[in-house]
Amino acid sequence: MTLAAFAFWVFALSAVASGLMVIASRNPVHSVLFLILAFISAAGLFVLMGAEYLAMLLVVVYVGAVAVLFLFVVMMLDVDFVEMKQGFLQYLPIGVAIAGLVVVELILAFAAWRMPSNAAFADGHPMATAGSALAAPGAPTNIEGLGLILYTDYVHYFQIAGMILLVAMIGAIVLTFRTREGLKKQDPAAQVARRRADSVELKKVKTGQGI
Amino acid sequence: MSLTLSETLFWVIPELMLAIGGMALLIAGVFLGDKSARMISTASIGLLLAALLVVVALNGGPAEDLFGGAFRIDAFSSFMKMLIFGAAALAILMSDKYLVGEQLGRFEYPVLIVLAAFGMALMASANDLIALYMGVEAQSLALYILAAFNRDSRRSTEAGVKYFVLGALSSCLLLYGASLVYGFTGATQFNAIAAAVGDEANVGVVIGLVFLISGLAFKVSAAPFHMWTPDVYEGAPTPVTAFFAAAPKLAAMALFARALITPFSEIADDWRPIIAVLAVASMAVGAFSAIVQSNIKRLMAYSSIGHMGFALIGLAAGTERGVGSVLIYMTIYAIMTVGAFACILLMRRRGGMTEAIEDLAGLTKTSPGLALILTILLFSLAGVPPTIGFFGKLFVFQAAVEADLVWLAIVGAILSVVSAYYYLRIIWLMWFNEPAPPFEREVGSRLGLTALASAALVFPALLVLMGPLIAAARAAASSLF
Repeated sequence: MTLAAFAFWVFALSAVASGLMVIASRNPVHSVLFLILAFISAAGLFVLMGAEYLAMLLVVVYVGAVAVLFLFVVMMLDVDFVEMKQGFLQYLPIGVAIAGLVVVELILAFAAWRMPSNAAFADGHPMATAGSALAAPGAPTNIEGLGLILYTDYVHYFQIAGMILLVAMIGAIVLTFRTREGLKKQDPAAQVARRRADSVELKKVKTGQGI
Repeated sequence: MSLTLSETLFWVIPELMLAIGGMALLIAGVFLGDKSARMISTASIGLLLAALLVVVALNGGPAEDLFGGAFRIDAFSSFMKMLIFGAAALAILMSDKYLVGEQLGRFEYPVLIVLAAFGMALMASANDLIALYMGVEAQSLALYILAAFNRDSRRSTEAGVKYFVLGALSSCLLLYGASLVYGFTGATQFNAIAAAVGDEANVGVVIGLVFLISGLAFKVSAAPFHMWTPDVYEGAPTPVTAFFAAAPKLAAMALFARALITPFSEIADDWRPIIAVLAVASMAVGAFSAIVQSNIKRLMAYSSIGHMGFALIGLAAGTERGVGSVLIYMTIYAIMTVGAFACILLMRRRGGMTEAIEDLAGLTKTSPGLALILTILLFSLAGVPPTIGFFGKLFVFQAAVEADLVWLAIVGAILSVVSAYYYLRIIWLMWFNEPAPPFEREVGSRLGLTALASAALVFPALLVLMGPLIAAARAAASSLF
């Protein structure tokens, strides 16, 4: 077993195991921590596939931002998990039935998967061109490859993604931002403009008389 | 075939106008504050109408594939975009008074409708699985926000959250289906998928297609993926509901037709039964569940589910005729729905809006004009012969019969009779019951004019214009094949 194969098994097993623990552990904080482990294992798998940029992205974005956000949400929201689990047994049979059906479908689907024949590849089957650009020797690195297509072939999607984020931002502001009345705010300009003479007054107090 | 940048940008001028104009209006609104809401509404209507005119001007040439085939401008997309932009502009027009009355007059509202219309335009032109998904998301996010726009109302926020959670779930289904289709064909572009699929379907492609159809059925609210519709329609502010019932349905149906016909028309026998089942289920849910409703917005939700079922009959036929009949049906549906919602928005008494069907009792005695308009629209929604609604159903059934789906046409005819019951019940209530307290009079308002215009289209006008409409719809449908 080569080192790469060994690493693959370690990452793959830990990804599956931590994925199971996400839904199995009773404490939601533990669930989120296992989710982070699953992300890191997946990042390892990406590195093994030669997609080092995606691996970095997964760690920085998902582990660094999304999972930590989850953690905050889980800790801040007081969700009663016992109450949420009520009715679980009631829906179990139909849930298991549907899940079983989907699993059978997926087994059928993946059993039917074939690599396109060599002739189809020679004919320029879409699958032949899909991965070859990056696999060729002397191919650009991940980031170069992404940079080459992101603003050229995929500029349409890139721009729409920007618009979607804009809409999401408008939504967050529309639904949560309130201008509150009577709020005390700091006014730095007024603070700086204030002078000693405006606020300090010296009084001579005679002994034994007070003001 | 590859176009230069300026040529590409030339063809997407309508979308660019909406995106850039929407952002400009947003900035204007931020600087001018909510006082400018009315002005920004007017500007948004102008923007949408200008985009509509550009679509009309660009229409007529051969189909153009832009951005590596991801975005397609053809007669089909132009037809749908005209309808969508028109419906969106009307939705803003109809909202004005309601929003001010409910203290919701905020400048983000028209901007969000413009951005939603931008997403819908992307959906109508999407010719690639990635473009499909991104168009759907651009549109849906704006719709989720609009549903929850009345954020101080419990029902509105509930509608927003419900729509968001179920919408996210349906997007998951859509993405899962798209990934399976990509895995088995190696392509995301529709024409490339068609080439890879050939005429015999791989099991994996079919399973992917089932997931894809489920996700799209959610977006058009076809049964059994309709659960969100009544709650969202009832909870959302009424003008938002009026918008939901027209433009997004048009866009989703356009996407549905293109995503089935372009890549999968060779394997139509595999998806035809699924669409037929969706159609029958939607018509049945629309017909039977609507009978027990007492809230008119909920009733309209079930009515729209039923109408989507009729439109899907045409799609199930899968022929050029069938798609043409879907386009005609959706046009007629949009006109009727906009008119009906204009009437609902006129149900205002001193102290607020009413939504109960009982409030319409004896309307002929209190406001005869409104009663007459609503009667015409309801007859048309029911599909009673002299009105345009009848012809919509007729063309759909005709297409089904031509595609050897006689049973589907018969089931559709029976269920349309059942659904006629609840429309006629409202008419009976308006004409023959003791009058309820009268509504506030609004003579010559924008809403009244919208209702009047759509009723005039539904009854005599469109019958005269039927020829051009059919010709346009057929030309649009033929560009898909």
